[in-house]
Amino acid sequence: MEFHILKKKIGIEKQIDDFLDQVSEAGLLFKSGVDNFLKNRIESFQEKIQHIIETEHRGDFLRRGLEEMLYRQTLIPESRGDVLELLENMDSLLDRFKGALWRFDIERPEICGEFHDDFRELVECVVQAVEAIVLSARAFFKDITAVADHMHKVSYWETESDKISTRLQKAIFSREDLGLSHKMQLRDFTRHVDEIADVAEDVADRLSIYVIKRSL
Amino acid sequence: MSIFFLSSGLFLGWSLGANDASNVFGTAVGSRMLKFRTAAIWCSIFIVLGAAVSGAGPSRTLGKLGSVNAIAGAFTVALAAAISVYLMTSARYPVSTSQAIVGAIIGWNLFSGSLTNYDSLTKIVMSWVVCPILAAGIAIILYKLVAWFIMRFKIHMFTLDTLTRYGLILVGAFGSYSLGANNIANVMGVFVSVSPFPDISIYGLFTLTSVQLLYLIGAMAIAFGVLTYSKRVMMTIGRGIMDLSPIAAFVVVLAHSIVLFLFASQRLESWLISWGLPPIPLVPVSSSQAIVGAIIGVGLLKGGRSIHWQMLGGIASSWIITPVIAAIISFISLFFMQNVFQQQTYRPVKYMLTPAAIEHIREAGKSTKAIEELKGKMFPNAISFKKALSKRIKLPHKTLELIVTSAEICKMKITEDKIAKINTGWITLEQKDVLKKLIGRCFVHKWMLDEALAKESPHWRPKENDRSYNNDLKNKLSYLYDLFQEMN
Repeated sequence: MEFHILKKKIGIEKQIDDFLDQVSEAGLLFKSGVDNFLKNRIESFQEKIQHIIETEHRGDFLRRGLEEMLYRQTLIPESRGDVLELLENMDSLLDRFKGALWRFDIERPEICGEFHDDFRELVECVVQAVEAIVLSARAFFKDITAVADHMHKVSYWETESDKISTRLQKAIFSREDLGLSHKMQLRDFTRHVDEIADVAEDVADRLSIYVIKRSL
Repeated sequence: MSIFFLSSGLFLGWSLGANDASNVFGTAVGSRMLKFRTAAIWCSIFIVLGAAVSGAGPSRTLGKLGSVNAIAGAFTVALAAAISVYLMTSARYPVSTSQAIVGAIIGWNLFSGSLTNYDSLTKIVMSWVVCPILAAGIAIILYKLVAWFIMRFKIHMFTLDTLTRYGLILVGAFGSYSLGANNIANVMGVFVSVSPFPDISIYGLFTLTSVQLLYLIGAMAIAFGVLTYSKRVMMTIGRGIMDLSPIAAFVVVLAHSIVLFLFASQRLESWLISWGLPPIPLVPVSSSQAIVGAIIGVGLLKGGRSIHWQMLGGIASSWIITPVIAAIISFISLFFMQNVFQQQTYRPVKYMLTPAAIEHIREAGKSTKAIEELKGKMFPNAISFKKALSKRIKLPHKTLELIVTSAEICKMKITEDKIAKINTGWITLEQKDVLKKLIGRCFVHKWMLDEALAKESPHWRPKENDRSYNNDLKNKLSYLYDLFQEMN
């Protein structure tokens, strides 16, 4: 019986790792999807969308399984609420990556060549911010003292993405040859991507509270 | 009638289960690591096992302060203790049955005119102060150690969860086992000599002796208390004083077990003595105090802000109130038992300074000049004897105790038929043989029998530096006093 229960626990540990892998993978897919879009490789872009949808499904499936397991087996009673919230927040990051990529597909914005580098840089910062929060979350489960090592990076990348986003929006609105509607569409895209880093930072803030609650 | 007298022991057992058992599983249930039902089942199983497998012989705690020497008295003392514990349990306060028993025995002492052994009383009361402090210290050290271990080995949250759960069950089971083993004597010990049950053979496979049967029934009463009424106090322990994390819950129970072990282990004491180290005094400590102390320790380590001081104040006052209430209930019910129900609640113990007693005191190196004039005078009880002594001379506590025990009258006659009653399981064959040599002899004082036996054989002599052996010897001698005493 003992062995059986331990095996089940290892199962949960692996499922959490798998779930966080999905979030991290979604970031990479998003980056590569935006890159393909900017390079106008629509077929590859569509492939990435398909891939990210699957990743999101897998993430949802894993999260639901974990939530059920946590409640059914009444595991980690003192941190169960916090862990569930963390999983849901991480899942919302995954959703946002998928949503942003979908938006590119639906609206197909016309992004002028001079904004491409900034867009890529913005996406890079956002993905790095999410990567840092994924590492923080992993540390929260495995080695709580290491959480701080990753958490400060989330803030750094969020600030960087804010800077790029501001710069990009200014550049967009300084272009006189673009119509207001076009400008507004590009601004919304910039904000939409930048918001992912903001959410990552919010998750990091919550995580720091969970860490305090669990600190020995 | 014996069956009726047993009922108060069973009630005491039920109260013990409802209150004391909360100490071992309270933090596990409070931190939601274990469901109440699971905890109660584990706890009950191990209490019954502890009581049946290693339940101690005749009650020791009851014998510490005074010796309740009549069955109706024992019934009332147990009843008074049980009522006090029940009252505290209803108020959700964790108290210890031993505290209530101490109070109830003092009530009996007051009623029967017996002297309370202040040495033992001071030791016990001191332990009520020292025990929580020691438990707090041990909990702090343990918590630091466990935290270091978790950090050092980077244990995954879920693995830690499993380990803590197993740890809580293990420590809880161990605690329940010791609870059963140590307390069954408090619950049923006084009834051993009047057990109404015959030995029972179960399909010829094994035989349950009447004492084992008695203990089994007592253990079941404790288990019933756990299952039916222990949740309230568990919640006070687990969440009332402060919210405990599972790790803290584990540390607290472990610290409590260590404290109880330190104060109760005769083996540890012998081991320390054998290595020439100073021994830890063996005093009965309360598990409630150990557990509350340990919780405070962890709370203070975390800055002390999360401790509910008001609740703690309530618990501390309940510790003072319990023995007082038990003493009052005991005194009043003894009065009713004696005067309304016409039951003998104590056998009067008389005192007289016989020439032999005076010689005995002199041999111990004390001057008997001032007490010579009391020679030959009979005193109906210890208190009047002590008063007469105090009138004449102011004696140090130890000397007074020596004089009182030397003058205690206990007429005994060693007869063959009484020796035949002795079961050689506890009293050895050699010891029994020595007794046979004394057949036909009479003794007026208890110490006379001690001396006669010690003179005959080393089997009846105390050993140096072996407290557990000496305690056992004392218990055996008390058994002999009761056995050979002549009723007049």
